[in-house]
Amino acid sequence: MKRAGFSTRWLPIMLLLPQLLIIVIFFYWPAWHAVRSSFFLQDPFGFGETFVGLKNYASLFKSSAYMRSAWFTLFFVVLVTFFSLAIALLFAVKADKVLRGAKTYRTLLMWVYAVAPPVAGVLGVIMFDQSWGPATEFFALLGYDFRLGVNYYDTAFAMVVVSVWKQLPVNFIFFLSGLQSIPRSVREAALIDNRSASSRFWDITFPLLAPTGFFLLITNITYAMFDTFGVIDVLVRGEPGNNPLTLVYKVYVDGFRGNDLGGSSAQSVVLMVLVLAMTVFQFRMVERRIHYT
Amino acid sequence: MAQVTLDNVRKVYPNGFEAVKPASYNIADGEFVVLVGPSGCGKSTMLRMIAGLEDISDGALKIGDRQVNKVDPADRDIAMVFQNYALYPHMTVRKNIGYGLKNRKIDKSTIEAKVQEAATMLNLTEYLDRKPSQLSGGQRQRVAMGRAIVRDPSLFLFDEPLSNLDAKLRNQMRIEIKALQRRLGVTSIYVTHDQIEAMTMADRIIVMNGGIIEQIGTPAEVYHSPASTFVASFMGAPPMNLLEGRVDGGMIRVGDTVVGNTTLAVTGPVTVGIRPEDLEPSVGGQLRIDVSIIEELGAHRLVHGHIAGQALTMQIGKDTAIGDGPIPVAIKNNAVSLFDHQTGNRL
Amino acid sequence: MKRIKLETILDHTVLIIGSLIMILPIVMLLQMASTPDIETIKNGPGLVFGDQIPVNFEKAMFQADGFSGANTGVRMLYNSMILGFGFAFGKIIVGMMAAYAIVYFRLPFATMAFWIIFTTLLLPLEVRILPSYEIVQKLGMLNTYQGLIIPLIASATATFFFRQFFRSVPEELVEAARIDGAGPIKFFIDILVPLSRTMIAAMFIIMFVYGWNQYLWPTMITTEEDMFTLVRGIKQITQSIDNTNVPEYGRANLLAIIAILPPVLIVIFFQSWFVKGLTESDK
Repeated sequence: MKRAGFSTRWLPIMLLLPQLLIIVIFFYWPAWHAVRSSFFLQDPFGFGETFVGLKNYASLFKSSAYMRSAWFTLFFVVLVTFFSLAIALLFAVKADKVLRGAKTYRTLLMWVYAVAPPVAGVLGVIMFDQSWGPATEFFALLGYDFRLGVNYYDTAFAMVVVSVWKQLPVNFIFFLSGLQSIPRSVREAALIDNRSASSRFWDITFPLLAPTGFFLLITNITYAMFDTFGVIDVLVRGEPGNNPLTLVYKVYVDGFRGNDLGGSSAQSVVLMVLVLAMTVFQFRMVERRIHYT
Repeated sequence: MAQVTLDNVRKVYPNGFEAVKPASYNIADGEFVVLVGPSGCGKSTMLRMIAGLEDISDGALKIGDRQVNKVDPADRDIAMVFQNYALYPHMTVRKNIGYGLKNRKIDKSTIEAKVQEAATMLNLTEYLDRKPSQLSGGQRQRVAMGRAIVRDPSLFLFDEPLSNLDAKLRNQMRIEIKALQRRLGVTSIYVTHDQIEAMTMADRIIVMNGGIIEQIGTPAEVYHSPASTFVASFMGAPPMNLLEGRVDGGMIRVGDTVVGNTTLAVTGPVTVGIRPEDLEPSVGGQLRIDVSIIEELGAHRLVHGHIAGQALTMQIGKDTAIGDGPIPVAIKNNAVSLFDHQTGNRL
Repeated sequence: MKRIKLETILDHTVLIIGSLIMILPIVMLLQMASTPDIETIKNGPGLVFGDQIPVNFEKAMFQADGFSGANTGVRMLYNSMILGFGFAFGKIIVGMMAAYAIVYFRLPFATMAFWIIFTTLLLPLEVRILPSYEIVQKLGMLNTYQGLIIPLIASATATFFFRQFFRSVPEELVEAARIDGAGPIKFFIDILVPLSRTMIAAMFIIMFVYGWNQYLWPTMITTEEDMFTLVRGIKQITQSIDNTNVPEYGRANLLAIIAILPPVLIVIFFQSWFVKGLTESDK
């Protein structure tokens, strides 16, 4: 609030109304709906519902398919986050360093931001095509028979590769802007104190990038969990079958395709709790240490 | 034109903090009053209450004959110059100056004429079509002045308008603002933390500290007869020397040295105030000062030393010779101020 | 001297490899779109560009592959435009209004409004996708542009972004405006909106790309083919490739290129605004 804010009564309410209405109808109502239905069992033919308490949750954690999906999501998130951050950091450090062509590199490394995830999925389908995909051919050269959509691990591998590719630009942009915001004087001081470029990087640059890195860590986890839906849906060609699935994809498959509303809602609630926990953790961390200002 | 009257005006924030304790004073028509004090002393809050940007918690504020406590800022017939100028960055100088008039639904040709007049007065004519970002600090300052002038207000309010300028420009603008105010004859209230601005510009100075008005007076009064140790140390650079002393039978002593006489009926511990320029080395001087450091300032020199274990500063002419070690020093014209040992108020 | 040179070469090599990784897949897509389908089906992506782009463009833009014949490329492009622009405008207008109310007014329930609004930042649409679908269904908004756009606006990213920006606008500006006789509406239109131009542009780019690239939500909300967006249509394309004897790779890939072209061009041409919007919106 500004010190000298306006004190008109009706105007701010009118200004807030559209936002509040949309939020209440399309955020709180559905969120509440999800929480509520997670405690009910829906009749498959639409004849009412029965209160079942925590049963939906219990059967969730007993379901081997769900646990399998949970484990896969964990590995998927860790791999996507690690590789997209590490590779993007490498590119950003180099792009920050070179003098010639810096702008061109910047453009070339970030434009993929605008590519829709399912299109990235299409690229994956082509690259890993069974009969002539360039990546499949490369694996064949190494003597490995890569089978997308058939071999569980091969499909998972393709998902990770495509998801990392799609996420590189965002990380690159943030790392680069983080690097560029390190004061010149700090770099120069480091240059005088330390003659090894690599130890300068690990001692000075890397810690100073930590706030950016931490922010990106959370962003990437969220991305890998939620925004990879398009990539996965195209890679598995809408056929979950025996393929690896993330938790979000499973919510969609079970609820929308399988009509298991109670179970799907319980899954939604579990995801909500996960995201909330992550956010709380993020606030805590940001408060506690990773800020130097 | 208008006079301004404050009657027990007070500001309490919702959290209970009393930023301005009940204040009453009167500003005459055409007078230039400077509110001065350290940051957080309540001077800006006071100004903002007069402007209407801050609600008045208690008391009455009159501009002219009208009580304006509940009047909107735009209707108080005031103009304000802000510390960071608050120019609208996307508007040209012309539009910036004319925006207030446009909102009063004044016709275009009148606005243009007034803008031209103000621009001429402030040497801004050739910059009228520029945006604020294309102007130097001094020029922006002038635009802010122009915006105030075109409104023909009955009261000018200045909120540290020079603090963003470099020292040289500040001296120049100080004189310009003062000259402009003289010419227009508009009542003005000027907030600053810079005691030099206060001394040089004000008809009267209001010194504030901790939400309280410490003293109201002409620059000479405030300087020569500070109402409290706070005013004594705040006004003047270097500040007045404040020494612990005592009064016995009309004799003022610091340590064992008698520094003067007083007719006041006080005995016991007091705070003794002496301006640095009221001290001078003199063979017959009654004070013995241990000189530790001499600062050369060109036009004069500052001598830092001790008397009876207490630090003391003396300002001497550039040609005055001075040696090391204890030297005899005299006090000119008996210029000694006495303050209450506990409250710091002038005795 | 020689050592430094070697290092520079290494830096450039890394960057060139990176650039190629980003760009080659799209070149591959273009190559396949230019090659006759028979060729592609046999050999996959090759090194030689063909002459089929005009033919495939014709097919992609004007032929439909659905049952109703309504999902031509032109139609999907139109729908994508509506989604992209509608979402970006809607979000910015709603967000600016709400942020203005929160930052510049004394509201008795300001803190509560703030929390109601900003809690939405915590939960992405994906975790409440099914109930959201049901509510849109209940409101009779399936297969409508409102149903497509409005629920996506129910997250306060733009509001948060503008709140941050408004807070950084110097206090004195609103004070000067008040003394200049500008009321809340005048201040908003005369001063705050023009001041926010760069921010609006930056936000617009981010939001347009975000809206354009939506996939899951349109997949659920639009079942009628004349409501498909390009990105949602991708799914249709891949399925038709799988299900037909002679997959139309050329047409499909060209459609994919058309689907990414508008957001990619916007991001490239308005790069500095885009980067600004991205890096400042998330702090």
